[in-house]
Amino acid sequence: MLSTLAIQALTGLASASSLFLVASGLSVIFGVTRVVNFAHGSLCMLGAYLGWSVLSRLPHDPASFAAGVVMASLGVALFGAALEATLLRRLYRAPALLQLLATFAVLLVMQDGVQHIWGPADLPLPRGVWLRSFVPLLGERFPFYDLILIAIGPLVLLALWMVMARTRFGVLLRAATENRDMLSALGVDERFLFTAVFALGAGLAGLGGALSLPENSANLGIDLRVVTDAFVVVVVGGMGSIAGAYLAAVLVGVMQAMGILLLPKASLVLVFVLMALVLVLRPQGVLGQKQTQENDGERFHRVRAAPPWQRIAGLAVVLLALAVGLAGGDFARSVLEEMAIAVLFAASLHVLLGPGGMISFGHAAWFGIGAYAVALTTSTLAAPLPLALLAGVLAAGAVAAIVGLVLVRLSGVSLAMLTLAFAQIAWAVATQWSEVTGGDDGILGIWPPSGLGARLFFLLCLCLSVGGVLLLRRALFAPFGYALRASRDAASRAAASGIDGAKLRLAAFALAGAAAGLAGGLSTFSKGSVFPGSLAIFRSVDALAMVLLGGVQSMVGPVVGALAYTGLFDTLLLASDYWRALLGITLLALILWRPQGLVK
Amino acid sequence: MSLFSAQNLTKSFGGVAAVRGVSLSVDAGEMVALIGPNGAGKSSCFAMLGGQIAPDRGAIGLDGQPLSGSPLDFARAGVARSFQIAKIFASMSVRENVQTALLAAHRRLWRFWRAADTQAMAEADTLLARVGLSTLAEQDAATLAYGDTKRLELAIALAARPRVLLLDEPTAGMARPERRAAMQLIASLAADGIAVLFTEHDMDAVFGFASRILVMDRGRLVAEGSPAEIAADPVVQAVYLGTPDGSQPRAAGLSAGA
Amino acid sequence: MSLNRRTLLATTGAALTAGALRPAFAAAAAPIRIGEINSYTAIPAFTLPYRKGMELAVAQINADGGVLGRPLELLVRDDAGKPDDTLRLAAELVGEQKVDVLAGGYLSNVGLALSDFALQNKRLFVAGEPLTDALVWQKGNRYTYRLRPSTYMQALMLVEEAAKLPAKTWATVAPNYEYGTSTVKWFKQLLLARRPDVKFVADQLPPLGKIDAGAVVAAIEQAKPQAIFNVTFGADLTNFVRQGNTRGLFDGRAVVSVLSGEPEYLEALGDEAPSDWIVTGYPVVGVTDKANTDFIAAYKAKFNEAPKMGSVVGYSLIKSIAAGIAKSKSTDQDAMAAGFAGAHFATPFGDAMWRAQDHQSTLGTYVGRTALKDGHGVMVNWRYVDGASALPSDDMVKTLRPAG
Repeated sequence: MLSTLAIQALTGLASASSLFLVASGLSVIFGVTRVVNFAHGSLCMLGAYLGWSVLSRLPHDPASFAAGVVMASLGVALFGAALEATLLRRLYRAPALLQLLATFAVLLVMQDGVQHIWGPADLPLPRGVWLRSFVPLLGERFPFYDLILIAIGPLVLLALWMVMARTRFGVLLRAATENRDMLSALGVDERFLFTAVFALGAGLAGLGGALSLPENSANLGIDLRVVTDAFVVVVVGGMGSIAGAYLAAVLVGVMQAMGILLLPKASLVLVFVLMALVLVLRPQGVLGQKQTQENDGERFHRVRAAPPWQRIAGLAVVLLALAVGLAGGDFARSVLEEMAIAVLFAASLHVLLGPGGMISFGHAAWFGIGAYAVALTTSTLAAPLPLALLAGVLAAGAVAAIVGLVLVRLSGVSLAMLTLAFAQIAWAVATQWSEVTGGDDGILGIWPPSGLGARLFFLLCLCLSVGGVLLLRRALFAPFGYALRASRDAASRAAASGIDGAKLRLAAFALAGAAAGLAGGLSTFSKGSVFPGSLAIFRSVDALAMVLLGGVQSMVGPVVGALAYTGLFDTLLLASDYWRALLGITLLALILWRPQGLVK
Repeated sequence: MSLFSAQNLTKSFGGVAAVRGVSLSVDAGEMVALIGPNGAGKSSCFAMLGGQIAPDRGAIGLDGQPLSGSPLDFARAGVARSFQIAKIFASMSVRENVQTALLAAHRRLWRFWRAADTQAMAEADTLLARVGLSTLAEQDAATLAYGDTKRLELAIALAARPRVLLLDEPTAGMARPERRAAMQLIASLAADGIAVLFTEHDMDAVFGFASRILVMDRGRLVAEGSPAEIAADPVVQAVYLGTPDGSQPRAAGLSAGA
Repeated sequence: MSLNRRTLLATTGAALTAGALRPAFAAAAAPIRIGEINSYTAIPAFTLPYRKGMELAVAQINADGGVLGRPLELLVRDDAGKPDDTLRLAAELVGEQKVDVLAGGYLSNVGLALSDFALQNKRLFVAGEPLTDALVWQKGNRYTYRLRPSTYMQALMLVEEAAKLPAKTWATVAPNYEYGTSTVKWFKQLLLARRPDVKFVADQLPPLGKIDAGAVVAAIEQAKPQAIFNVTFGADLTNFVRQGNTRGLFDGRAVVSVLSGEPEYLEALGDEAPSDWIVTGYPVVGVTDKANTDFIAAYKAKFNEAPKMGSVVGYSLIKSIAAGIAKSKSTDQDAMAAGFAGAHFATPFGDAMWRAQDHQSTLGTYVGRTALKDGHGVMVNWRYVDGASALPSDDMVKTLRPAG
């Protein structure tokens, strides 16, 4: 058993190396530019595809392999530099969340781009004899290539350390990570430094992608899989810390391998539990430095009630939806239900992002918990629809309140990452606890009772969505909302006036969670089913995109954003096989055109 | 026994002692100035007296009762303060700023239904009138001139009907006539029975309005007395103008109008 | 040789236009619209040949005068392997495109979601590839038909061979969703019925498409089973086999593996394809019967490449739908839901039919062993197992299918 554990640990170490390469790139980029690069997994994926293209044309000997891998890595570095110079450079002054959304758009575009160039099929790299060889180790056959991977991690770590310690570039890099103001004092051309750093990070990601080829084919799923793992590693290790990234990569890699041996049913949830634990106990990560509060410079705009024309327009939209939904066909109704649900979901996130001043990166958790609670109470307890919906609201609100106890102590990127960790835990539970949740099969057949009728359910959906949004709006314009906003605008002023910001934020979390849970519950009945996708990272990003597109300053923003985004999504999904790229490009255009959102 | 007092306050940050055993007291109706060169420990002192940071050692008392805990506890006990760089609620109008503070003082924050901007309006307007912002009530608070921002923060602090008012440089950023008006306003607050403790760089404001002056240097209280006593105190002169042995004055250029 | 999507879309367009313009149809004959949803981007290895198979069948049927005097029209959607997206697309196909028949599905969970949608909306759904038996049994409904041999049938075919092996300790590895868990469940149940002396010593359920192959192989190795039952496919299978080869997992162990004999999966393994695994699949280079060779020739003529198992499924799916509509003499949903039962249709594997008792077709598959030939995996020692022979008795089906 001991030797088995040792073999498993070594296997984990091998996967840790690839993970480290990708995560260290992400960490370096974050440290200097403060951009949370969602497209980092896509850079890794690009490395794998470029590597495949190069390596499948080269002879199958070790030297050619090394040369090919380096070429792929350099290719991705060049791509990264171009990406930084043409796009990201324009966004450094934008709010952090908007940068994240922009890099998410890049992810969408790259996914379709890679698919367009290389096709959708997985591309396994033919393995030369040396890549198949093994060494006898503890009575087992251990892949020789895994040993090489194990060695590469520390070697790259050492190389990066040398660069940091011995070169002017490294000094500037550290200076930028630790204190950005120092850069201008040193008289450094920030633009060059940022481009170089992005190229370095991209090159590392590309290296990780190319090196994974002998064990994993180049495929279109790499981007999302890698980027979530890399987030975990960077958060656990500490944002901006390369040594921390290595430590965390080893921890995650070994834990995953051990999990498969010892707890195969819980292999997905483990890493996110680790991430959550670290964030709770040490928000800056194992080797990270405490982030200084950066929100001080943020300008908040006057929040006013919507002017009469907006109210009339809103009423007109609701009446229009009512007319189309009641007179139109099933499909029109299902689209309208989806929009109504999206509006409520986006409005609930707005409570956190706007007046709450909290970046939530895992809002899908509450949506999904509501959706599952509704499905489970209906399928196992045969609860009638109103009770099921109530259960969804209460479950999501209660879990949000409990999780909120931990969340409200954090702020900024740490908070965003912890919300992500919780959402991923919920997602992993939904995926792997198949006895209860049905796993990837989901829970099916949760339709509204046949007595209700499709039109009546649509009416209910519309009423609850509009009603929910109006209730949230009331709360935000009531003393509660003002106090929440006061605490966001000037936390110490609010506290000195006896306003308990933490408690208000906790309530905001519960409120937003409950509203999102209602949206999730409605979606279960609208689609007749629920799947882990309702908790997945994509859904959280959807919500963010809606709120940011519309504008975070007012309640009207998320409503307009939700309608625009859902409409855009549906149109593009049905109009083109390249809907991801089109969606990404549209998002980028909107971000560059209207960084404050559609509704000013 | 005085209304508001501190005994032996001590605080160090990472081994650097910022405040070393400061004891002070302020009585209702008194207007006490806390002065000293930059880095003397005034701000740390204020932060402890307002509950923003916890002292390493020492005790704070209000009306004979020990006072500790978070800023919330201090606020609820009746200690209000302003900040060196005025802080207001930027996403609200001037009046809404005061209304929010009033709702907090009335413990009416946890209400989710009636619109906040229709509540406590008259009371808010009274406070705005008192600080001289009546004409700007509807304006976006974020667009106020700095002097007006200071006045608004004072109104926010007064919304709590405080018994103790800690004012960190209440006239910073104001023009001379404005400054005088602001100090007169503060004096009138003290006259109403509030215990006022303030720091100030403008020596005209200090010597013209303070009923008592405390002088800090390097974390300690080095002198205390009436304006006349302080003006004549050789220790204070050493602190501000340099010692007779020829070392550099520690607060050159800061004494007036900085 | 892998087609990219652009060329694929172009060929589809051409095929459909050619079909629609054929003069055989009166101008008034509105096409019969088949709305097809599948995981084209998630499982391209299978679904791209599948799409070509469908196109071939549509072209042939339209050339022969269509069905009920109307041409077939195929509308294809990509579900990206996500059941939530599938339902959105289904609603669009039914509500906006007014398709007459809903068809497709690859992943079993997607298939179940579509079947539930079909029941709720009273629309006919003809599943091609989703293998879970729940589709026709536990969760079967009157609107859902399924073409391919189910997890039960495939497991039964393989158990016939597995029971003959001396191995007494088994490990299983399967993707963690309906198809994987269902196949493992049947394999265990059916094998234990024949071999009560057998023990299962390890179960690995890696998430679909995310196998951590090195760790999974090491975990199985640690249990020291005498034989392995594999249910992974596609990219997971490739990674699993590579790690298994290097780490010697398959040395001296019998391996029984579902679907691994299908050319789409063997091809990806290249010269690392395993030898002597007992598999279900399609020995496309070996078959000699006329139905198969005619199909292969027609497919090669149209697409200039050999068909794969997906091609057979796509082709047969369209044939089965055409036969069902012809027998129903209508595209009314309830008429078709009833009328498909008992319809016979020609497939590359020979004649098959839609069973009335559970809406499962009798299309079978090949069982054989893998071998390495000229650096490629092939199937040898194969035999065709008719689906009808791998299904339980009608009485048992009655107990398994509450919907009747």
